[in-house]
Amino acid sequence: MATFHFDLVSPEKLAFSGEVDQVDVPGVEGDFGVLAGHAPVVAAVRPGILTITSGGTHQKIIVLGGLAEVSEKGLTVLADVAISTQELDRTQFAETIAEMEAKLAEKEGSELDHAIERLDHFKSIEHQISTTAMH
Amino acid sequence: MASLKDMRVRIASTKATQKITKAMQMVAASKLRRAQTAAEAARPYAEKMDAVISNIATAAAGSPGAPALLAGTGNDQVHLLLVCTGERGLSGAFNSSIVRLARERALSLIAQGKEVKFFCVGRKGYEQLRRQFDKQIVEHLDLKSVRQLGFINAEDIARKVLARFDAGEFDVCTLFYSRFKSVISQIPTAQQIIPLVVEEPAANAGPSTSYEYEPEEDEILTRLLPRNLAVQIFRALLENNASFYGAQMSAMDNATRNAGDMIRKQTLIYNRTRQAQITKELIEIISGAEAL
Repeated sequence: MATFHFDLVSPEKLAFSGEVDQVDVPGVEGDFGVLAGHAPVVAAVRPGILTITSGGTHQKIIVLGGLAEVSEKGLTVLADVAISTQELDRTQFAETIAEMEAKLAEKEGSELDHAIERLDHFKSIEHQISTTAMH
Repeated sequence: MASLKDMRVRIASTKATQKITKAMQMVAASKLRRAQTAAEAARPYAEKMDAVISNIATAAAGSPGAPALLAGTGNDQVHLLLVCTGERGLSGAFNSSIVRLARERALSLIAQGKEVKFFCVGRKGYEQLRRQFDKQIVEHLDLKSVRQLGFINAEDIARKVLARFDAGEFDVCTLFYSRFKSVISQIPTAQQIIPLVVEEPAANAGPSTSYEYEPEEDEILTRLLPRNLAVQIFRALLENNASFYGAQMSAMDNATRNAGDMIRKQTLIYNRTRQAQITKELIEIISGAEAL
């Protein structure tokens, strides 16, 4: 299977760099998979789980928003935060969600919509982590 | 003339100072290494961000609906100077050279009849600017309690700047920081961040890739521009951090060397005085014996 180059960078570090078979990116307008030879695309990324497939192994990384760019050189994801599912501190994550819920009351208008949307993304991440952990 | 005992005390105290400066130099060296790694780790993100932004922005800059962060507010009457300095001193000219650059810029802007406001990040810059521009400082942020610079700190600053921009408090924002070139050379730099200056892509770069956008181009741009602001500030903070330790290291290296010179000179004078005193005592004994 043809591979392509994938870089996952967050402001603090280069989280992943290497040749991969496939990457599934959580886009704002829906998840999309990137294979070698994908058409050039710039897409916004929502908070979600990004899956890297290379040589039959899967690696799941949580990204909290950002931007994906596909060019002929490969795929680059600029993530606001990138943490692998193993590294994530679940209690802290749950706390963040609780904090976001508490702050909802202060917001209004379009800001409230954004906050709810973001909270939903966070909750779905938490749900996915807890369900995969049971297997 | 100081007595021998006074001299001994002075030499001992210079030695103690030398030990401190030496220790500070070594601490700065190890922190510098860490700061440098952090600055390097942030580079790929910032570079990619630049590339994507300039790609989209060149297309959008001409259009009438371009966001204000890119096109500006249409005038340049009020300038905000975002001055990033260190929290601590003992680092040579590091803080003052950034402040000097900002002050010169502010004075020339005032001479042109513009209004100037300051946003100080870091204690040292605030203290130096307060003397001259106390009323113009609209905000001051301390990073003293921050042990490890994170992206969150930069986001925080960016949010505050954006809130003021949205409130129409200024038209142009310039970021002042010290660019880390090498351990012995840090260059105070002024960088305009609002409205964003997009570098024209090189003419020989060939046709740029035509991307598909998801969602639409302008929506991505409105997401990206505030983000880019935070990235630029983050980069400035990291560069500043590395520069600070670089400057401190060379300042402390100088101080250690100067202390060494002083110790040598003082020891020489001490030994001479001691010998002179011994000689004097001998002469007294001999002439006393002769008199008998």
